[in-house]
Amino acid sequence: AGQVWSLKRCKLLVVYPWTQRFFDSFGNLSSASAIMGNPKVKAHGKKVLTSLGDAIKHLDDLKGTFAQLSELHCDKLHVDPENFKLLGNVLVTVLAIHFGKEFTPEVQASWQKMVTAVASALSSRYH
Amino acid sequence: MSLTKTEGTIIVSMWAKISTQADTIGTETLERLFLSHPQTKTYFPHFDLHPGSAQLRAHGSKVVAAVGDAVKSIDNIGGALSKLSELHAYILRVDPVNFKLLSHCLLVTLAARFPADFTAEAHAAWDKFLSVVSSVLTEKYR
Repeated sequence: AGQVWSLKRCKLLVVYPWTQRFFDSFGNLSSASAIMGNPKVKAHGKKVLTSLGDAIKHLDDLKGTFAQLSELHCDKLHVDPENFKLLGNVLVTVLAIHFGKEFTPEVQASWQKMVTAVASALSSRYH
Repeated sequence: MSLTKTEGTIIVSMWAKISTQADTIGTETLERLFLSHPQTKTYFPHFDLHPGSAQLRAHGSKVVAAVGDAVKSIDNIGGALSKLSELHAYILRVDPVNFKLLSHCLLVTLAARFPADFTAEAHAAWDKFLSVVSSVLTEKYR
């Protein structure tokens, strides 16, 4: 599962290369294989997924759970919230690859709601 | 935005596999679309949208067949989809945002059915290809 999880961040940087703008300090992102093998990318993927794991434990208060992260993404990281939607959809695709048939339309619908809610919580402190 | 040779090759070779399941892929894509993005159902008030409905299957087939046409003429998608482009501009007038939603659901369907083939490069190629198809279908809107 750990391997699959770090795949997600790699995919975002490959499928939507303009998202690389946030990762200048990550070193070699020059090709798909460079990205997939980059240890900083893998480490960051784990960070993001751990954070999502927290979200799942606090589904009744996503805004509270992500308040600080939201401020961080706005004030320090300067990330356009549009990117949260891109990442959410890449996550959904990676889940489809991992779970195949089990990732039914109904399961997907639940996850789409989840990633939309997370994206919204992450943008809630933008000003 | 246009496809590189490598991207074109990925699409065409995956299509050979995809076309053997074309009809069910079309149906599944639409099921995913209507469940995840219920607002898209507003374009189909005249349809029975229950899973397994004949109309859903027929429409799914139509959509995948059109994608297939684009694949077969991958160097001239504009030409291949010209009539469909006019249909969407003058008759259907589907809001452009929905093409992204349908493309995403098709990608998820492909990812679930062909996990081994759906590498990061394949994902990027398909995302780009469907972007081009969407652009063609909306290019006559105004």
